[in-house]
Amino acid sequence: MDKRHFDVELDQLREKLVMMASKVENLINYSIEAIRKRDATVAEAALAMDKEIDRMEIEIEEAAISLMARHQPAAGDLRFLVGAIKINNDLERIGDHGVNIAQSAALLASVPEIKVLADIPWMAGLAVSMLKDSLDSFISGDPEKAREVCSRDDQVDELKDQILRVVLTFMMENPNFISGGMTLILVARNLERIADLATDISEEAIYIYQGKVIKHGAEKQSEEGSVNR
Amino acid sequence: MTGTHHGIVASSNKVEIRSLDFFYGKFHALKSVTMSVQQNMITALIGPSGCGKSTLLRCLNRMNDLIPGASAKGEVLLDGSDIYDPSIEVAELRKRVGMVFQRPNPFPLSIFSNVVYGLKVAGVRNAARLAEVAEQSLRAAWLWDLLKDKLDHSALELPMDQQQRLCVARLLAVQPEVILMDEPCSALDPIATMKIEELMLELKKNYTIVIVTHNMQQAARVSDLTGYMLLGEMIEFGDTNSLFTKPSKKLTEDYITGKYG
Repeated sequence: MDKRHFDVELDQLREKLVMMASKVENLINYSIEAIRKRDATVAEAALAMDKEIDRMEIEIEEAAISLMARHQPAAGDLRFLVGAIKINNDLERIGDHGVNIAQSAALLASVPEIKVLADIPWMAGLAVSMLKDSLDSFISGDPEKAREVCSRDDQVDELKDQILRVVLTFMMENPNFISGGMTLILVARNLERIADLATDISEEAIYIYQGKVIKHGAEKQSEEGSVNR
Repeated sequence: MTGTHHGIVASSNKVEIRSLDFFYGKFHALKSVTMSVQQNMITALIGPSGCGKSTLLRCLNRMNDLIPGASAKGEVLLDGSDIYDPSIEVAELRKRVGMVFQRPNPFPLSIFSNVVYGLKVAGVRNAARLAEVAEQSLRAAWLWDLLKDKLDHSALELPMDQQQRLCVARLLAVQPEVILMDEPCSALDPIATMKIEELMLELKKNYTIVIVTHNMQQAARVSDLTGYMLLGEMIEFGDTNSLFTKPSKKLTEDYITGKYG
């Protein structure tokens, strides 16, 4: 008896989550690639990928709920299961943003090419790397890496604002760009949300492995509180 | 998430209980209970004290026959044959359907003699055969490595959890098909309890297990199927997962959430 049956079931849940994460990462990369290549044919395939992700979300959620009901987990096991349910939810939403981007790609392919597009792949690269590192931090139990991901979120936010400004200027100069410009703004918005959700995943990883809540500045507040006391 | 541990996988009914009523004299202890015990699964019976779960368990190998004034009505089929049929040999039945009790009850004999007791009663005298079965049974109960060098020691010297596992080994030696467990962990601490639970999960690969427990968390952890009983009635019977996440009866919900019992 080396491992509890419960541990084996936790491992299986972790593996499923990892599998789902890699599907989500694929979907995002696929959608971004479609924008870059002006490929209008990807939306349907992206939808099919998302369907699979949705199916996994339900499966993982049910497994986690059943493990909680049956094993009354405590401490690290409990944090892992609660964290897994949240990460599961985050991943599913990231998948939805991937579908949105794929649909935008189809629209962008049908309008004149816009110069600022150059910044979108750059922003996408940042968001995807945040997603990848947040998942790595969860899988390998590396809270330092998770903290580092959180610190990158501001960069993505700034990039989104910058894209917004540039695209607005383009749209004001030439009404022909309005349709494409709006779509680009939507893509930027989706990428910014992906980065936010990657930050959430990192925060969950920190909670799971260190038991610390860092979201909404909670960690800073508790430090100040302890100094004041 | 292994198939057999969570959902119900298609499996054959090892024991089928059909409209079973049971009386202790005039007291109606079981009221038309119907349920099936599936092969190679762990079936748990839960419910407050006096709900009839132990009575139901003891009906499965006719342990209740020993109680004066007790009578049963209905059917209990083991592999399709009614165990209450007059032609049934009760001793043979109890060999096929063995039992582990609340408190470990090793005989005041050596560890070895405890394990091979049933075989000796059945007339096996061949020393090599006895040694072989003793080793197999102790291995299956995760005791071989611990006890192989002190087989001649008294079983009563062992700590409680090892005594309980020795009782399991003693049972396995006569090759039962169904193992009934009546509160097998109530005399054990949490670590010893975990060992018995892990052992049950291992044993179900080769045996069919029915366990009565007042500890419903234990039922939730180890069983594939769970029956909730109240006042002699089977209130709800189904796969453990569903019963503990979305029970279909309000009475079950009240019990498992601690509002009743």
